[in-house]
Amino acid sequence: MRYAMAVDTKKCVGCSDCVVACQTENNVPIGYCRDWVVEVTNGTYPQLEIEIRSERCNHCDNAPCVRCCPTGASHFSDGGIVLVKEKKCIGCGACIASCPYDARYPHPEGYVDKCTFCLHRVKKGLQPACVAVCPTKCMYFGDLDDPKSDVSVILKKRKWKTLIPEAGTKPELYFLI
Amino acid sequence: MTTRRDFIKISGIGISGLMAGGGAAYRAMAQTLNKEIGGHISDKRTPTYCEVCFWKCAGWVYKNDKGNIWKIAGNKEDYHCNGRFCPRGTGGVGMYYDEDRLKTPLIREGKRGSQYFRQATWEEALDKIADGMKKIAREHGPECIALFTHGSGGAYFGRLLKAFGSPNIAAPSYAQCRGPREVAFIATYGEGVDSPERTDIRDTRCLVLIGSHIGENMHNGQVQEMSDAIDKGASIITVDPRFSTAASKSKFWLPIKPATDLALLLAWIHIIIEEGWYDKEYVKKYTFGFEELKQHVKDMTPEWAYGITTIKPNIIRETAREMANAAPSVIIHPGRHVTWYGDDTQRLRAVAILNAILGSWGRRGGFYIPDKISVPDYPHPPYPKPQRTWREAFPGKFPLAGLALASGLCDATIPNASRDCSIKGWLVDGTNLIETLPNQKNTIEAIQSLDLLVVVDTMPMEITGWADVVLPECTYLERYDMIRTSPHRKPQIALRMPAAEPKYNTKPAEWMAKELAKRLNLEEYFAWNSMEDMLDWQLKQLGSSLEEMQRVGVKTFPREYDDLYFPDGEEISFNTNTGKIELYSTEFADAGFDPIPTYTAHEEPPDGFYRLNYGRGPAHTFSRTSNNANLTDIMDENVLWINPKVAREWGIKSGQKIWLKNQDGVVSQFPIKARVTERIRWDSVFMVHGFGHNDKRLTRCYGKGASDTSMITRVHTDPLMGGTGMRGNFVTFFFEPEKEEATL
Repeated sequence: MRYAMAVDTKKCVGCSDCVVACQTENNVPIGYCRDWVVEVTNGTYPQLEIEIRSERCNHCDNAPCVRCCPTGASHFSDGGIVLVKEKKCIGCGACIASCPYDARYPHPEGYVDKCTFCLHRVKKGLQPACVAVCPTKCMYFGDLDDPKSDVSVILKKRKWKTLIPEAGTKPELYFLI
Repeated sequence: MTTRRDFIKISGIGISGLMAGGGAAYRAMAQTLNKEIGGHISDKRTPTYCEVCFWKCAGWVYKNDKGNIWKIAGNKEDYHCNGRFCPRGTGGVGMYYDEDRLKTPLIREGKRGSQYFRQATWEEALDKIADGMKKIAREHGPECIALFTHGSGGAYFGRLLKAFGSPNIAAPSYAQCRGPREVAFIATYGEGVDSPERTDIRDTRCLVLIGSHIGENMHNGQVQEMSDAIDKGASIITVDPRFSTAASKSKFWLPIKPATDLALLLAWIHIIIEEGWYDKEYVKKYTFGFEELKQHVKDMTPEWAYGITTIKPNIIRETAREMANAAPSVIIHPGRHVTWYGDDTQRLRAVAILNAILGSWGRRGGFYIPDKISVPDYPHPPYPKPQRTWREAFPGKFPLAGLALASGLCDATIPNASRDCSIKGWLVDGTNLIETLPNQKNTIEAIQSLDLLVVVDTMPMEITGWADVVLPECTYLERYDMIRTSPHRKPQIALRMPAAEPKYNTKPAEWMAKELAKRLNLEEYFAWNSMEDMLDWQLKQLGSSLEEMQRVGVKTFPREYDDLYFPDGEEISFNTNTGKIELYSTEFADAGFDPIPTYTAHEEPPDGFYRLNYGRGPAHTFSRTSNNANLTDIMDENVLWINPKVAREWGIKSGQKIWLKNQDGVVSQFPIKARVTERIRWDSVFMVHGFGHNDKRLTRCYGKGASDTSMITRVHTDPLMGGTGMRGNFVTFFFEPEKEEATL
């Protein structure tokens, strides 16, 4: 099993609903977030393009955060989801520094927090909160080992990219372009 | 050509932090919300429909194992949201937890606008209001009390006012928003567009947006359907001086010179007729006045429009062809906030006509035929017949206004020798009129002429600062409201019920209106024992019950008529004078207005000034949400979009704070940060509406960004229906407010 997510930059309108839904679903404190939206504009008036991306932890197969964690708090869970054991985390921040995607933040309660792909929901057969709420249905989540999963199907059908592939982290967050 | 890369993290941790790379700057903000919620997840849920905007999506409010409101998510059965709330609806919890909420009734001490209030009991506050209303009725007549409403409370206060004898009930959503659209479509098709709009976007092959920024306005169902249409390969044509999000999804972006849209529309009509691309059978069968239209637009060529709009003739032709190829599955979207230049009804008539000649009205992928169920009114005695209406304040004016004008009621409050009676009392429910009505000076002059101003709100919005009595309403998460019924592909109803007890000393609007009714001897108009009884009675008339609705939240009914679209070959009678779709409007002709729209040039910005355009950001609804912690986390201030060429001329850098001054010398109270971006023309600037709050009780949004409304001092009123055109205002920039103000 290998969980992955694909985000369609052609449909995303950058409304940040994914951010709000994640925040309420996971009780992320106000002022912090586990996912965010990036908008990149290229060109000069009037020849312009925008790419809008809903970003989060890439749940890398070769995750630097897991490798550099001194306590084993950062670990791989079901289907390769990268998680943090709050009780084991000493808040040293090594993982924050090592993440090329800037996906982790220090929770005010002293541990490092990040996207879990809503594993608590996934276990119940639900989609992650960001995927479930998205008004444009621009996000696809599922098991890449299952060729019939939404994410496998869309990645076969569409052109995609990952972020900073040169970092060698083997990210599992794909952007449809 | 140089390539610019404009990288913006629109939301999330450390907006500036990410751009710097690594070491994100985490905002240290109060974490009251998170602390208060506590607890773990659970599956306890109650139905509601959203009150964060007018789209009214139905959803579920979830509580955690501590019994606290935890999150809100869409109801899958609901056509407004299809199980997916927008960011504002999802962030609705922030409205409930906002520690700046109005907490108890307030009575003003000292002069109006001075912001000195004392806390009062409900008894005292309601007695004071009832006494004030009685006094106005005695001295001037009950019609001299007006209601301004933009929310669910309007149902109860409207009932109260009608029972009291006043017909002066207005929602700013008419004269400040979609009124011209409704008038134009009623004149053309005998029916309005209504809300949610009857646009069949999910099945369209071509969607034309004219200044409508779907995706930045989160009119939920439409955003969803636009995304579906993109999936299905529909082409989008966006006409906007700004490269909107929708423009970035479009096959064609037409960066039109602001205020010239009508010329483009007429040129499109011209070319579609000239080239014979119109739906000949549809036009022949259903429309009236085609020959007059053809004659009228014969000189309105793409070349003519090019000189006006700056859109090249070949692009005008190509886009017209694109629409015609898709017809009848084409939508020239009527938009929603359309009060721009004062000739808005005529511009929307051109939109209606263009749709008609392409045969999209009543066709798949065009405009569907909606169906709606009417919820029976709880029995009451007949309302008294009012002696006067707001119309008498404007003899001979705005003959086509179908609803009361909020701006009209405001104007009719300022004493005028030609009028026998001005309005003396306002009830304001859920609308921050200071930021809603253009020309703030005028609004404040009206307020200062009042004998009684009562404001009902959940938040200490600016309008509450002017009130004599402030009534704190509980949020939509803490109350029942009327059954939601709205037109859609099938009729649906939705229930809102309380997920929690009202916080603080707040009450539902229904309770307030009923209490006032008691004091005004109008109890018989509010004859139900409780909201539960009333709703159960209503629902039983519809074959449902409160118990069922509490369980399902949304109920769908079969359509009265089968067809979502006009059946092939069927004769259809439209509710117009001629029984046809009127390309030539007999109603307008009779009223002395252009029966077919004509382009007139609008004023252009003076040297060094830029046209002020404003719009929506996806995380906010007007000024209503600006203090919501979940949503300020996404966007906590507005910024001013400025073209880089203009910015260079002024030496303005992105992120720099600048002050604005408009053509009438009015200066913004707070500075606004510049966003230097290629995404806007050089002749206009843009900001999201609803910021620049100046009430210090709004601790999260006070002084954040600038108020577009404060810059809108010049209003171009639509002579047909009184819409307030607000896009004829121009701003310039300055950097040192003190010096500049001294020279004024």
